[in-house]
Amino acid sequence: MSALAEPLPQVALGGIGLDRGGHLLIDQALRRLRPGDALLVTEGDAHLELHLRAWARSRGHAVDGCVLRKGNAADRRMAGAVRAGGTGPGGIVDRPPSSWGLAARGSLVEAGGPDLASADLASRPQVWSDVAPKLYAQAAASQWDPTTAVDWSATASLTAEELPDEIESAVVQVMTYLVENEQAALMVPARFLGRIHPHFREVVQLLAVQVADEARHVEVFTRRAQLRGFPLGVSGAGGRASLQTLLDEPDWSLASFLLSVLGEGTFLSLLSFLERCAPDPVTRQVARLALQDEARHVAFGLAHLTEEVAGDRALRDRLRAAIERRHDALASTSGLAPDVHDAMVVLAAGSWAPTAIAAGWAKVQALQADMDDGRRHRLVRLGFTGREAAELSALHTKNFM
Amino acid sequence: MSGDRLTLGAVAYDPKVVTIWDGFRRWFAAEGLDVDYVLYSNYERQVEELLAGTIDVAWSSPLAWVRAHRLAEAAGGGARALAMRDTDRDLTSIVVAREGSAVEAVHDLKGKVVGAGAVDSPQATLLPLAHLGGLGLTGELTVRRFEVGVGLHGDHVGGERDAARALMAGEVDAACMIDGNHLLFAREGLFPPGATRVVAQTAPYDHCNMTVVDGPGGPQPGREALLGRFCQLLFAMDYGDATVRPLLDLEGLKQWLPGRLDGYAQLEAAVDGSGFYDGAGTVTAEGYRP
Repeated sequence: MSALAEPLPQVALGGIGLDRGGHLLIDQALRRLRPGDALLVTEGDAHLELHLRAWARSRGHAVDGCVLRKGNAADRRMAGAVRAGGTGPGGIVDRPPSSWGLAARGSLVEAGGPDLASADLASRPQVWSDVAPKLYAQAAASQWDPTTAVDWSATASLTAEELPDEIESAVVQVMTYLVENEQAALMVPARFLGRIHPHFREVVQLLAVQVADEARHVEVFTRRAQLRGFPLGVSGAGGRASLQTLLDEPDWSLASFLLSVLGEGTFLSLLSFLERCAPDPVTRQVARLALQDEARHVAFGLAHLTEEVAGDRALRDRLRAAIERRHDALASTSGLAPDVHDAMVVLAAGSWAPTAIAAGWAKVQALQADMDDGRRHRLVRLGFTGREAAELSALHTKNFM
Repeated sequence: MSGDRLTLGAVAYDPKVVTIWDGFRRWFAAEGLDVDYVLYSNYERQVEELLAGTIDVAWSSPLAWVRAHRLAEAAGGGARALAMRDTDRDLTSIVVAREGSAVEAVHDLKGKVVGAGAVDSPQATLLPLAHLGGLGLTGELTVRRFEVGVGLHGDHVGGERDAARALMAGEVDAACMIDGNHLLFAREGLFPPGATRVVAQTAPYDHCNMTVVDGPGGPQPGREALLGRFCQLLFAMDYGDATVRPLLDLEGLKQWLPGRLDGYAQLEAAVDGSGFYDGAGTVTAEGYRP
């Protein structure tokens, strides 16, 4: 006695042709079958057999009338596929291969395709910081619109008595200096952005926002400088030489150290000083807005270097050497342009009265002490001793950034 | 042909042909077989150079296969089809009319205009017109050919697409095409859902193959070893291999299969019936200039 033949698995297309998505229904049914299994296709349109014949051939299935026999091409296609880690930060792997390319973290990556060889910053210890997802979320939530976040009329409407031209000149000089520093702070992360493996998605996102932050800073400092119709100030050769050493640093960790930990870290003091001491509301507002962004940049640089140093003791020696090398490279330059330093004193003084100038001078002295304190504090966070931190802080560029 | 190198001929019907054969060439080299390729602008020239011994193996259209074996046999030798794609087997061609037109069945084509592909297209001209002839329609209808890519033996889809456009524009009463292109044109929107009716379909036939020809003395032992290795590697190409899969996708197959000859009888008859080649492989088609 022979066993009764099992009925064939079926898929009904409900009158939908293979030219209108019917093949999706067939594919869905085939996914439940193994290569070699048969599938009866029913309820197609008038061209069902014709189109099934052509479609099956192109997909590597055999066909006889309306009965498909599943081929193995779809399975073979994914034979070498691998999962690119896990979707969340917990799924990050130490060394994502370049063959994962632009694939989303956690996706199933078909073998083949181009290598993303340009993303050579692909080591977790070098790139990643656990704080990156949180900082990115904060950064995305903290984006501000230069047009509406600043009350531009508040300074434009001041009288000459309220904001004398000599003081305005000092503000314009400081803004001129800030713009070129922010240009450097934009270009440094932008240069590394394309080299970071997309597997470290949150770091890439964070740096992308950092670049956008700097773009806004360039805008608001430029707008402030132009607010009362004054020509921009002087761009000193020494200042630009100092910034050039940041652009020339080819190593991601060292560039991040010099820019974010030391340079932008020092700028936290400077922006805080401007927020407190500037003679007009717009300057105070733009300094405050930039300060909150820069604090985030410093936090990430410090966090990822702290984690990297913990796993690579030799890195601290390289950081030290980077400061010393930069100091030597800048030994023949003048550091902070006198125009900038003097402008900061006048800005803080608020008038040309001798007592005000003396007070302004004292405030700038206090600022420089505050900058030194901040640098030493951050160097200690990276594991340098207090004495080492003091020595290294003293070698930091006189240009601040 | 020279030394341990196998030279393959292919027709450059599309820029992707360079990508395909460059890729296959590198893949064969990695497997230790030196394969080079020569591209031809048309199949007639390729067949002639295959016969002349300039190339060892030709990636032939079905029509080129017909000519190659006729020429080889006329010279006292023979031809073999070493391999073909899985997608070269059991194709059909169809004749399509507009739904709702006066052409409801194939015999309604009497006195009507049928759009075909280029003069040398097996799938859009020779085979479907021979099929209509077999149904008694020879001389009963007017054929309007859409001559795109003459010499490419129908590899260029342009002639079929132009015929399909003419059908939908009402310029012809029916159009000939390969089965897969009906689905393609429907997906492209050229054929709206329900707008066409298939009034005739050929029996299944086979398409391209890897052709070699032998002289009166039969296969040459030295070359046979190379061809044997070539076939061994072709059949070993695995769709699961990421290095070769993109090339298989471009060439439109999932696996290479041994060549077979029982799928060319319809085309042989169509060639004879239309006088495209004579029995010795000479081009006799009137006005055919690749």
